[in-house]
This record gives sequence, structure tokens and C-alpha cells, in this order.
Amino acid sequence: MSKIKMEKSSRISESEDSGTRCPSTKNPANKELMDRRMFFQGAAGVLATMMVGSCSWQEFFQNNFRRMTKEELEQTVQRLKAEYRQKYGKDFVVGTEGPIDATLFGYALDLQRCIGCRRCVYACVEENNQSRDPQIQYIRVLRFKDGEMDLEHSTIYYDPEEVPEKGYYYMPVQCQHCANPPCTKVCPVQATWTEPDGIVVVDYNWCIGCRYCMAACPYMGRWFNFAEPVIPADKVNVNTHYLGNRPRMRNVVEKCTFCIQRVRKGRYPACVEVCPVGARKFGNLLDPESEISKIIQTKRVFRLKSELNTQPKFYYFFSI
Amino acid sequence: MGGFFVGAAQRIIKGTTLYYVWVVFLLVMIAMGIGAYVKQMQLGLIVTGMTSYVSWGFYIGNFTFLVGVAAAAVLLIIPAYLYDFGPIKDIVIIGEALAVSALLMCLMFVTADLGRPDRAWHLIPGLGILNLPRSMLGWDIVVLNGYLFLNLFIPGYILYKAYNEKPANMRFILPFILLSIPWAVSIHTTTAFIYNGLAARPFWNASILAPRFLASAFCSGPALIILIFQLVRHYTKFHVKNEALFKIAEMIAIAMAINLFLLGAEFFKELYSDTHHLSPLEYLYVGLQGKGRLVPWIWTAFTFNVIAFVIFLIPHTRKNFVTLNIGCVLIIIGIWIEKGMGLIIPGFIPATLGEVWEYAPTPIEIMVSIGIWSIGALTLTIILKVLIPIELGEFTRAKRATT
Repeated sequence: MSKIKMEKSSRISESEDSGTRCPSTKNPANKELMDRRMFFQGAAGVLATMMVGSCSWQEFFQNNFRRMTKEELEQTVQRLKAEYRQKYGKDFVVGTEGPIDATLFGYALDLQRCIGCRRCVYACVEENNQSRDPQIQYIRVLRFKDGEMDLEHSTIYYDPEEVPEKGYYYMPVQCQHCANPPCTKVCPVQATWTEPDGIVVVDYNWCIGCRYCMAACPYMGRWFNFAEPVIPADKVNVNTHYLGNRPRMRNVVEKCTFCIQRVRKGRYPACVEVCPVGARKFGNLLDPESEISKIIQTKRVFRLKSELNTQPKFYYFFSI
Repeated sequence: MGGFFVGAAQRIIKGTTLYYVWVVFLLVMIAMGIGAYVKQMQLGLIVTGMTSYVSWGFYIGNFTFLVGVAAAAVLLIIPAYLYDFGPIKDIVIIGEALAVSALLMCLMFVTADLGRPDRAWHLIPGLGILNLPRSMLGWDIVVLNGYLFLNLFIPGYILYKAYNEKPANMRFILPFILLSIPWAVSIHTTTAFIYNGLAARPFWNASILAPRFLASAFCSGPALIILIFQLVRHYTKFHVKNEALFKIAEMIAIAMAINLFLLGAEFFKELYSDTHHLSPLEYLYVGLQGKGRLVPWIWTAFTFNVIAFVIFLIPHTRKNFVTLNIGCVLIIIGIWIEKGMGLIIPGFIPATLGEVWEYAPTPIEIMVSIGIWSIGALTLTIILKVLIPIELGEFTRAKRATT
């Protein structure tokens, strides 16, 4: 088990810049822009860089996911597939499956069982195509001393030979998919919202990168691509969803989506599947017979920072 | 109208050696800033000191300070138009020019902070989606642009009339002037609400934030105005009466008293109740977990503000130009620290899950910021270069026709 440190890498070489890697620089409109960039200095240079940064006119004028017609969405998906194929040399699935009727997803985490092994952290990174350099991880496993639950005294930097460690317990934290989310409220352009099945999503192509949502989130549930995300082609997950794990671009916000690409097809999120001790539970809150509903009804549950009235659909509980 | 632009351009091009040195200096700084910004666009915000922990920094700090400067023009408008105080009425238009420059800088700082400025059109209602009424950032965009319009329109109208040597129709323009007073308050209040509304950040989530914003804005903006007026009257024939400057200084003393009182109230609440909400204040003033990069800065700010307060409070030092100018510089630096980095950074420290991760701006952020300040200074210089001759009656339609 390796030590996780959320440090930004400063080793980003200029040749890796997305402007040059962008597949659609071949199209004439962009070629022209590239050429123009040679001529203009200063302010015009900035403008041209911005245009090149956005790859193509189709991408530049792309509509918000929720405002796209079926045809527009289909075209966008095709364009994204071509882009990803060019970048990773693989055929991607970019799903647009909608929410399942009468479903409200909820999550529960058993603090009694969690051993702090961080397998969920890495399974999540692989499933959801997070950048490996600089690193982004949606799940942060906090370690507390027994008898304490003070966030300021917790740490994510623990590195023993074996877990669990005597005298400590662990609390993984990720997006809590609040029913009253502060992050979607503050977004100036509605690039993030709650889906009818309760998943808080981001349209990566609509986000303007102001990072207001990151300031608003009390759980560190939102992550910003400070540089062009790097995913090794052999590690990339090609089974994606438009609102989920499709590869992102630099300078936009991303977050946990309960593995929307999986759960809308009836599968469990990757973190639930990988947990070696079964501490992670997931299901439909609207179904009184689901495991998640049973846990909420029969166990002692609590929600993180409940005093903020964010109403998470993410519960912590003690199994014994 | 074409004649006006030709005449204005001629006035902008002609100047003393000192003027050329100043303009060239600003252009060099602007070029450096643009170069740094191009780099930021190419590599992403990784070239800044911002992280997942401290996700806003130097840009947003400068933005916040400058909203205060822009709002402070109202301190001239109130005595000029409501109380008909002659000495200030003569000079109010320069305050409005400063507001325009400050607002331009505000908009540029926010743009510099945006990850995807190419998608800024998403903010345009209709074309994009402006998330109103829910997003305070959405509201801020509305009020800042509205204030920019008012501060272009009001002096624009008055100058247009002066250029044509006709009296301004006060019945027409007064409603706009009156509207600009609450509007100035609104830009600062809304900017405060951007931070204030976030329950995740206890340092900002205190109802004292907006009042403190206003109090400190009414210190720093007018202090800048006092300095600019002295420069203007030194380098041009534009007359600024001493009593106007002393009156502004008196208002600063009151504003600073309120600012320090509110700071004291904040200190009491946090120290006496001694909860976890104290942590950001602790980080700012004494350091937390061995980290305290802002500590020397905030004590500098505190010391400067208190010294300046004393200077402005005592009539003798307030009316002595040496001490008055020292006081102005101290206040500008003091508030720039307090309302810039001193307000933004501790909001993020400790982070929401408890980590203490520090922030410092990188050379690129500093260069971009210097570039933006230089664009602001150049804008103000150019506006004044045209505005002052019109105000003096040297640059009018008739005189242009004869020369």
C-alpha cells in the first residue's frame, strides 16, 4: 500500500499541451487559427490560444447537456468517440442512459468494518478515468484516533505495513450526493445539477472552470483538472457515460457520480465492488426492501456535517 | 462625433516626456502580463499556486479589493449630489473614471481566474445559462456590469454636454446618479455574499462580512482617490480644492473606525466562543499546525490600518499633506492585504476535511496581476487625458473646429 499525497505535479511538459494533441486541429477552421497565431502577438495571441484550447468550433458551440436535442446529443457523442479514439487508440462507449424510474440512489458506509486499505480509492481512479498526473482521487480515507471524530485531527497520510492499525479507525469521504447540494446552487452557468435518480453530475463541456462549487462543497467532493489530465492508454476505461467517466479536459471540475456508467445499468459502483470487507453498501432509497433502506431503518446511521443541512444521500453506520 | 474621436486620439498621442515614459512602462508591464497569461492558457491553472485545497487565490483577492475601490466612488457622489458640497462636486467625475478602471480590472481578474474563458459565453443569458436567481456569482456579474454601465453613462453624458458646451439636463441625469448610490453598495454587498453564503467556509459564513466589506471599501477607495487627485492637480491645470481632499480624509477616518470596530467584534466572537470556527482566524493571525505564511502580512495590514486611522483622526495630521499621503499609502496597502489574500486564503484553511495546506502566488500569477493593474492604470490615464481638457473647457466641439 503506497502513501497517497494529493500534490500537484509541476512536471507538465509543454509538448504535452492539449493544443497540439487535439485531434480536430486538422480541420480547416482550426488550421487557420493556428496559422493566425503565428502572426498575432499579444491580445490576439491570447484569443487564438483560447480557441485552439477549445479544439473545434463544434466543441466551442456545444450546448448544455440538458438543452441538447436527440440529434445534437448523437452528433456530440460521435465527435467525442472520434476524439477519444484519436487520443487513446481505442473505441469508446459514451453512454447517455437516463435515470431509471422510481430510483433514488443512496450509499452507506460501515465504519465498523472499514480497514482503511484504500482499495476503493484506486478502483475508483481506474474505473472513472481520473488523471494520473497530476493525480486526482475522488475518495479520501481519513484516519482518526479511537475516541475522536474531529476532522482537524484526522489525517489522510498514514502508511503502515498493515491495516487496520491498533488505536485507529478510518472514514472514507467522497461526494455525498446531497439532496440540498450547495455546489449546484452556486454554479453560475448550471453546468452541474442533480439528476432525477439523485446523482449530482457535471457537464464537463459546459463548466467554465470558476471553481465556485469547490469553495461551496463541505466534503471536498469536487476536483479540478489543473493541467491536461494524463491517463495511460492501456489504463483507460472505454466503458463511459457522458455525465460520468468519459475522459475530461483541463481546467474543468469533475467529481464522483456513484459510477453513473455502471449504476444506470444495474451494476454496483466500483468502490462497492472492490471493498474487501463489505463496508460499502449501495442501492435504491425508494425501495423499502433494498439493503440500503434496511440499513437506514435498522442501524444507527449518521450523515457527515448534518448541521449544514446538506442532506447527504451518503450515510455512515456501525454494523455492530 | 467622428471629430471627437480624432481630437481625443490626438490628445492621447501628445504628451510630455514623463507621459510617454509612463505609458511605455505600462505597455511593457501589460506585454509581460499577456505573455504570462498565454502560458497559463497553454498549460492550465497548474502554473498558479492554487490547489484542490486553496482553489481561489491572488486573482480573486485582487478582484475583491478592486470591487471595493469601484464602490468607493459613491463616497464622492453622496456629498457632491445629495449635499451639494461644491469642492467635491467639481471632482466627482474623476472618481467615476476611477470606478470604470477598477471595474475593468475586476472583470479581467475574474477572467484570469477562469479555467475556461473560451466558454465565458455560457454566462450570457439566452445564449448560455446565467444561473439566476440562485448563483451569487451570477448576480455579481449582473451588478458589476450594471455599475460599469452607470459609471460610463453618467460621466459620458455630462462630458458630452460639456464637449458641446451645453448645460447638462439634471432632471434627466439625476435619477441615474441617485441609482448609482445604492448600486455601488450592491456591488460590494453582492461580492461579499459570494463568500458569505458558503456554509462550508466558516471564516466567510459570518453575517459581519458584508458590513466589513463596505467599511473597508470606504477606506481604500477614497485613499486612492486622494492620491490620484493630487497627481492630477500637479500635472494638469485641473483644480482640486484642499477642503475636498480633507473632507474625503474625514470620511476615511469614520469608515476605518467602523472597520476596526467590526474587526474587534469578529475577534471577540471567535475568541470567546473558542470553537473550530476559530481555526482560520488562528491560521491568519498566529499560524496553525506550524504553518503561517500570512501571519507577517496580516500584522502589517493591522499595524498600517491602525496608524492610518490615527493619522486621519487627528485634524492636524489629516490636513498635513505629508502625513495625509503616508496615511493613504498605509491604508491602501493595509486594505489590499486584509481584503485580498487576508480574506480569501484563510477561507480555505483549514480545508473542509481538516487539512492545513498553504498557498502562495506563483511568478505567473503575479505577472498576470501586474499586467491587469497596468491595463487599469493605462485606462485611467487615457480617460483622464481626454476628460480633464473637456472639464477645463479646452476640448470642445467649437474649439476643435477652430484648431
